[in-house]
Amino acid sequence: MSDGEKTVELLDRSFPGATVSRGAYRDQHWAEIRVESLLEVARWLRDSRETAYDFLADVTAVHWPDDPRPMEIVYHFFSLSRNDRFRLKVRVGDRGPVPSLAGLWASASWNERETYDMFGIVFEGHPDLRRILMPDDYTEHPLRKELPLFRG
Amino acid sequence: MQHIDRSEERPDIVTVNMGPSHPATHGVLRVVLQLDGETVVKAVPHLGYLHRGMEKLGENRTYLQFIPYTDRMDYLSPLSANVGFALAVEELLGVRVPPRCEVIRVMCGELARIGSHLVWLGTHALDMGAATVFFHTFKDREWHYDLVEDLCGARLTTSYTRVGGVAYDVTKEWLGKLREFVDAFPKRVDDFESLLTHNAIWLKRTQGVGKLTAQQAVSHGMTGPSLRATGVELDFRKKRPYSGYEDYEFDVPTGTEGDVYDRYLVRIEEMRQSTRILDQALKRIPDGPVNIDDPKIFLPSKKRVLTSMEELIQQFMIVTEGFECPAGEIYHSTEVPKGELGFYIISTGGKSPYRLRIRSPSFNNLSTLALLVEGGLVADVIANIASLDPVMGEVDR
Repeated sequence: MSDGEKTVELLDRSFPGATVSRGAYRDQHWAEIRVESLLEVARWLRDSRETAYDFLADVTAVHWPDDPRPMEIVYHFFSLSRNDRFRLKVRVGDRGPVPSLAGLWASASWNERETYDMFGIVFEGHPDLRRILMPDDYTEHPLRKELPLFRG
Repeated sequence: MQHIDRSEERPDIVTVNMGPSHPATHGVLRVVLQLDGETVVKAVPHLGYLHRGMEKLGENRTYLQFIPYTDRMDYLSPLSANVGFALAVEELLGVRVPPRCEVIRVMCGELARIGSHLVWLGTHALDMGAATVFFHTFKDREWHYDLVEDLCGARLTTSYTRVGGVAYDVTKEWLGKLREFVDAFPKRVDDFESLLTHNAIWLKRTQGVGKLTAQQAVSHGMTGPSLRATGVELDFRKKRPYSGYEDYEFDVPTGTEGDVYDRYLVRIEEMRQSTRILDQALKRIPDGPVNIDDPKIFLPSKKRVLTSMEELIQQFMIVTEGFECPAGEIYHSTEVPKGELGFYIISTGGKSPYRLRIRSPSFNNLSTLALLVEGGLVADVIANIASLDPVMGEVDR
């Protein structure tokens, strides 16, 4: 099973210039796109008959502190009808911003809140962006790499 | 609390704090409710009371060291999380366990599903005032725990799987005990059903309560029995089989109404289907090795460790430092009792993941709570929480 391979091709054809990089590991294909195209591409992934990713299974981020754009937001899509997965990524600066997908998938709402809570990335247009797991008065974002596991 | 405003124009609206330690919130969930008489105007769930930073911990542990943490996510079905994590790391490494191990893991997954559903059913009924059911299900849950204990020495903190295998092979005696359980259990499910399925009070409390459409459920990323109750036939054991699930015959029950009652019916039927799978697994469990034979990943056998220098060193390396993982990133998910448990692992090489993301089913399922309860009665909040079957260890991670 080769997940998302066709989607990466279609993405290139439908949005020329949007893809920044692409890759695959163990037959799981992913594409990184420019953050400006995110909303458009996400809507297309959901609504186009060829892609039909009706499920936004997960939103998360990865912190690469040495990179000029250190925050990588990772979306995992799943299509019920095509039984296909696809991983979409965008890279942004330290605190974002990233357009929120909460208007397209309800699941983005809590998952983006968690990503904000853990990394401090701001999701623009999110209806209720506040911490979800850490206490409201907590000042840091625990999954950022500069935060050590223990502070002795 | 700034998100609940006690409106000046509506002084009759009362704010009630349900939880975090309320018997019907099934763990440390706090829901702030705004009530107009008995009607819920607004519900705001507050999470995080059980947040232990598992993803951060994962980045600072070797792959093997993370297995005990997976016990503590969904603590009603630790075996299935053990299996899910082991499979994800094996996918990253590109190894596949021997057939005997795959069958054992299927047994683990289904035993865990039965155990989890037994707790759900007992507590759900107890919350609705039907205490009898609780005593019946907990009796069988004890039986299930005896089996788990015989399998791995622990009831709850099982830590049973290893990357590339399991901690101990199953014995003939254990398989015999499992056979007794499998033969007797369907009758027990009938007994549970006889207490509830046509019970007039149960029907009144659950039918038409907390209705969710398929479209709403999918949009919220809902998975597992709660999603299937809306009529969506998504079960990753069927859709994207792992551990040889494609070779087992079983049905995926679905509902039509998406209400509390349908979620009840789906889980009840799932217990029967799990027994069916266990029956087939017992019939087909092959002899042969249970773990992969790769001393770079899996501990060599004790006999070889005690007689050969090289294997002694390999055991020492795995225990003290862990094994190396190639650079790459994978997302792997399994169908656990609550839904889709996904692990997104990024390795940049080395002995720990660079990033370990846990996609928890309970977290996404619980996000529908406000939608389910707003506009309904306060008593139905309890029915709704119970029917979503959230486990806070998995929600908060």
